[in-house]
Order: sequence, then structure tokens, then C-alpha cells
Amino acid sequence: MYDGGKIIAGLIIGLGLFLLPFFYNAGKAAKAPDPQLTAKAKEAKQCVETTPYIRTSHMKLLDEWRQTVVRNAERYYTAQGGKVYYKSLQTTCMDCHSNKSKFCDQCHNYMGVTPYCWECHVAPKENK
Amino acid sequence: MMGVSRREFLKIAGLSTLLGLGGRTAVELLAPGSLEASTGTVPLTEAQQWAMVVNVNQMDEAIMDVCIEACHRAHNVPNLGSAKEEIKWIWKEDYHHSFPGQQHPYIGDEIKHKKFLLMCNHCTNPPCCRVCPTQATWRRKDGVVMMDQHRCIGCRFCMAACPYGARSFNWGDPRRVLKDDNLKPMNLNFPANPDYPTRSKGVVEKCTFCAERLAKGEVPLCVEAAKKVKKSFLTFGDLADPDSEVRGLLKKHYSIRRKPELGTEPNLFFII
Repeated sequence: MYDGGKIIAGLIIGLGLFLLPFFYNAGKAAKAPDPQLTAKAKEAKQCVETTPYIRTSHMKLLDEWRQTVVRNAERYYTAQGGKVYYKSLQTTCMDCHSNKSKFCDQCHNYMGVTPYCWECHVAPKENK
Repeated sequence: MMGVSRREFLKIAGLSTLLGLGGRTAVELLAPGSLEASTGTVPLTEAQQWAMVVNVNQMDEAIMDVCIEACHRAHNVPNLGSAKEEIKWIWKEDYHHSFPGQQHPYIGDEIKHKKFLLMCNHCTNPPCCRVCPTQATWRRKDGVVMMDQHRCIGCRFCMAACPYGARSFNWGDPRRVLKDDNLKPMNLNFPANPDYPTRSKGVVEKCTFCAERLAKGEVPLCVEAAKKVKKSFLTFGDLADPDSEVRGLLKKHYSIRRKPELGTEPNLFFII
């Protein structure tokens, strides 16, 4: 093998660079998301729909809301229990969940999703 | 014998059809009301063609400023300062720019130097909607020419199509006014209304006849703001209703519209 030493040294350096992130993050588990409910949200006991549904499908519900509100002018949502809600992320959802950084962002950051809702919709002011 | 006989097949087919027909009933028996869960809503005010009448005799700079401020503050419309980047839902314009087909050298000074209050005409035949490739703008059943910012791709065809300049483009993030050092009064605490969204970079925006207020049975904000100053400067109502206030005004007074020769059928009327 010509230039064997150089090739092997190069391979070792290359492998080292490739594994660098693993060494860098070794032993440091990412913090599990810990969404906090505000007092108001706790008091309400249940969200618009049941917790498991909201947990898995809130994005679908919000998508349906924005579609029906803007395009069909249907601004009210009747939940399973018969309770009627004004369909609005900014004024209904965020009224209870006024702690975006401690609620929404917890899982979104953990999962690496960046919903573009907040490019237009105004997030509630939080006291930090 | 192999497979299904003709008789058996017909039996299965018949039963399946029956089940299919009864499917909806079955769902309703098991989960009553769930099919209609999201459709039973408080109805939108049921107009067929919303329109606005502007009484030019009562129009002055002060009342127009009141209307503009009320609208732009409530809808988080930024004042970016430069004409090139200007974003406007409702604005003031000269006579010869408002009614270019209806000017001549001998018009009296009063009209000639008057500013007119303009906004989206909510045309019955809106050219902006015809050209929109994504149906981000369309004419609602009640005549409102609506905007869906979620769907707008910022192609600006609608801006080229609108003969009235009623549409504005967001060349940048509207919230950049926050970083502006010399804050103008119009931008104070921007976004001023925490219950209404701003827009994002790359979308077109315009007046929506206050769709969010119509849904609650309220008149547009400019009309409400103007009423506090002068009672009959702006009038809002349904053109399809012969007994409506707007129809009464149009019957009684002579009125003009902007560029009627284009066939867009604007629904903003000016009583001269």
C-alpha cells in the first residue's frame, strides 16, 4: 500500500470527526419536556376536548379551526360535551395557556418542531 | 363448488348496500351528534352583499384620521414610514386619484382639493380573486372579499389586478417596527391589539370589512369610530335588502363609485 500511514491517519481523523458529536453529547440526556399548566388551565380540568385527544391531535384541531374560521366563517366550535368555544388560537387557547414558553415550547423544542403560527399570531406576554 | 354462487353473491351485495345506507344512522345511534359536532355554529350575519356609503359632505381630515387610526390600531397595521413599503387597509386620497375618469379642469376647489376616504371596494366582480392562483382571496357569500393569510404565497397577482390599489404587500416582517428607534404614534406598543394577529413577511393584506366583527353582528370598526364623531358619515348595510339604510341613502342621494367603467361593481358608494 502506498502512503499507508497517511491513509490510516486520515481515516482515524475522519472517524474521529464523525464521532465527535457522540463524544460531545455523551452522558448528557436531553431534558424531558415538562409542560406546565397555568392555574386557569388547571381549574378548567379539561381542554376543549379530552387530554389524550388534544395531546395527539391538537395540530389537526387547530388546522381545522383555521380552515373553517377563515374560509367558512364558522367561528364557534361545539365540543363533545356540548360546550361551545370561540375558535381562536390567540384568544381561546392562549387565554388558558398563557405560558407559551413553559407549555407549548416545552414539547415543540424537544421534538424539534417550529410551528409558524407565531410569525403572525401574537403570543401572550409572559413575566419571566 | 368453488367460490361464491350467483345467489350468494347477490345476497351479500344486497346486505352490504343496506348496511351502507344505514351507516350514517348507525353512527348517530352510537355517538349522537358527533357528525354535526363542528358544523352547528352561531350563524354569520346573513347579508347577501355588504356595502358602505360614504357621505362626502361630512368628510374632513379629522374624521378620516379617526377611522384610519381605529382600523390600523385594531388590525395591527404597521406604519412603516416609506411610501414604497406602505401597508394600508384604509387611507386618504386626492379626488383626481380617487376618481381619475371623472375629472376636468373646471371642478370647484372644494372637491378638487378634498381628500377622500378609501378602502377595499369589496367588488361584486373582484378581479383580484380571479387571478389568485391559490384561492387565498375570494368573494364570500355575503359579499366580503376575504383574505386567507395562511394560503397566500405572496405572488402579488392580486395587487396587479386590483384597479384601486387596495392591497399592500409585506416586504418584510411587520414586527420590525418594534426595533425602530423613532416609534411613530401609530406604532405605539405594536402589535397594539393582542387579540388580532399581525401578518408575516411575504403576504398580501387588505381591508376585510372587519370579518371578525361581522361574525359577532357588529358593523366595521371605521363605521363605529366615525359614528362617535359624526352620525352619518359612514353607513354600512346589506344592498340586497331594499329596506336597509344603505339602500335608502342610495335611493335618496346621487352617488358615485370608483372606476365603474371597469365592470368590477365596487360596493363603496360616495354621496356627493
